[in-house]
Amino acid sequence: MRDKSKPKLAVWKFSSCDGCQLSLLDCEDELLDLASKIEIANFPEASRAVVKGPYELSLVEGSISTPHDAQRIQEVRRQSKFLVTIGACATAGGIQALRNFADVAEFARYVYAAPQYIETLSNSTPIAYHVFVDFELRGCPINKAQLVEVIGAFLNNRRPNVPHYSVCMECKRRGTICVMVAQGIPCLGPVTHAGCGALCPAYRRGCYGCFGPMETPNTVALSSRWKELGAANADLVRAYRTFNAFSEVFRKESVAHER
Amino acid sequence: MSGNRKNHRANQSRTIKVDYLARVEGEGALYVRVRNGQLQDVKLKIFEPPRFFEALLRGRRFTEAPDITARICGICPIAYLNCSIHAMEDACGVKINGPIRELRRLIYCGEWIESHVLHVAMLHAPDFLGYDDAIRMAKDHTEIVQAALRLKKVGNEIVRVVGGREIHPVNMRVGGFYRAPRKFELTALAEDLKWARDTAIELIRWTAGLSFPDLERDYEFVTLRHAEEYPLNEGRLVSNKGLDIPVSDFYSTFVEEQVQHSHALHSTVRNRGTYLVGPLARYSLNFDHLTPLAQETALSVGLDKVCRNPFQSIIVRSVETLYACEEALRIIEAYEEPDRPYVEIAPQAGRGYGCTEAPRGTLFHTYRIDEQGIILDARIVPPTAQNQKTIEADLREFVPKHLDLSTDELTWKCEQAVRNYDPCISCATHFLKLELDRE
Repeated sequence: MRDKSKPKLAVWKFSSCDGCQLSLLDCEDELLDLASKIEIANFPEASRAVVKGPYELSLVEGSISTPHDAQRIQEVRRQSKFLVTIGACATAGGIQALRNFADVAEFARYVYAAPQYIETLSNSTPIAYHVFVDFELRGCPINKAQLVEVIGAFLNNRRPNVPHYSVCMECKRRGTICVMVAQGIPCLGPVTHAGCGALCPAYRRGCYGCFGPMETPNTVALSSRWKELGAANADLVRAYRTFNAFSEVFRKESVAHER
Repeated sequence: MSGNRKNHRANQSRTIKVDYLARVEGEGALYVRVRNGQLQDVKLKIFEPPRFFEALLRGRRFTEAPDITARICGICPIAYLNCSIHAMEDACGVKINGPIRELRRLIYCGEWIESHVLHVAMLHAPDFLGYDDAIRMAKDHTEIVQAALRLKKVGNEIVRVVGGREIHPVNMRVGGFYRAPRKFELTALAEDLKWARDTAIELIRWTAGLSFPDLERDYEFVTLRHAEEYPLNEGRLVSNKGLDIPVSDFYSTFVEEQVQHSHALHSTVRNRGTYLVGPLARYSLNFDHLTPLAQETALSVGLDKVCRNPFQSIIVRSVETLYACEEALRIIEAYEEPDRPYVEIAPQAGRGYGCTEAPRGTLFHTYRIDEQGIILDARIVPPTAQNQKTIEADLREFVPKHLDLSTDELTWKCEQAVRNYDPCISCATHFLKLELDRE
């Protein structure tokens, strides 16, 4: 029954909201085409059929936050020729990494009546902390056009064409007037990885950093500009600590403003 | 198959295990134990890792709750945005009407279309027709899958135009929107929506032609009900067994308990038992507020004004899809751009409540904030957590009637029965509260 000439794709979920893997099902125009070129071999959100590994390409969504998942990711790596992480949870630990700055036992007691039933790690960490990752696709959520580009690139043995510059470049290209310069709205765009298409400034709000840090961000300079615009230390801590809080650059910058 | 073999199966001892439920959002498992032809145990296990949202919200500003809680669920972020926004406005004593209220309904219609069609055509229909997934189904049922993909896209387009992107839209805030859409941006959607409306009618007819296992249960349906409209963001919580309360009485009526086999709390109506939230409840208690076309089409395919067969939820979702297309068209035609896209809201110390109808059922949020707008306490009850016990109860009634099926067939039927609820396990896990009141 199987067409053995087609490469096998697997989609794996760890701690996450499912939004990034949903991006694949949101490719309404491309989905059936894609399925004619690759075999969707293991994608529980979409299918109850499971074709055994190894897989040419594994897309991994979510962060590692339980002892069980820390073991499961090793098995996923063993079965995958290429492993690509998708989204802020998989590449930076996600919003659930806010526990990394707090006492996870206290978090569990706050939420659960019987926290002793809950198995969890004290930190939520990116996949690359645990196994070798071939490529990281950023975003909370990822951009579906970039997802299609990444899948196409790996199927054709080339590097994905995904730029690492800042959101500012996308604003300029889009012709959006800078919200920070013109309106004094604090914006994380200058330090944030491109990919969303500079959405927030186009909607007259400051970027909130959901794609995580760009390649060479100058967060120190940006933070001092925010302070000139009236931001308090606590505002800066919160701004850097959202969906990519545990990425190295945002983490360090948030800690610097904590006192 | 011979009667003897069927008989033998019906009397044997079996364990049905689905270690990883497919075609649902999140990580769940199913465990059914049969001994000597008697059903002994049914457990819907939720092992999605907890993310502790309620805990991490403390210390954040009230304006941050919408974007943070949206990340509970990538399938229904609008439900979380709308619910947290309404709860925060309630805490600050603000009620918003006019075009902003309408835009909130419009973007919710987009999410209903997108989420319902995803479930109906891509996740649930393959069960009825015996396919592992919609892609395999598309080989034989190309037209319906292609039409469904396009219909889903129309829903996503509404979310994208009003919200900025399909998943975790950026444009919604406490008080309104960062930028109000221009009239011409919305009217550009109308043509596709008219096509979508016609296609939704086709979808209703198509789903009504599927064959449905015989199961009718005397549910307590719980839903929002509004005086004038099919419920989305506002209303009182009502049931067919006498419940009629304001949203702020949620915790005096519903009880949650933690069980060892699930990371999501089980909900019951105090002193009464399990209840059902979602399309069946909304439809059965708000039929009078559907559009005439949605009512007529539902009745014409043989659906009653009350639907108690959980497998027929696939038809009801299609009816709600038609409603959402019509409601979106109505809003777009009547839309006038607001003078300001949002109302500036100053925080005040207090508690606020929000309750909205997510595609899969009633979602409840409550927050306590201080005078600076810092969140002191957060509690969230998602629809799937409320439905867990009802899903198990359905299986307790369903499985004994079908013990003559082979284990593979029975396993698949059980999975289908779970998928009747379009369960979103990613949502369900994260909100487990521990006591009724901490104030």
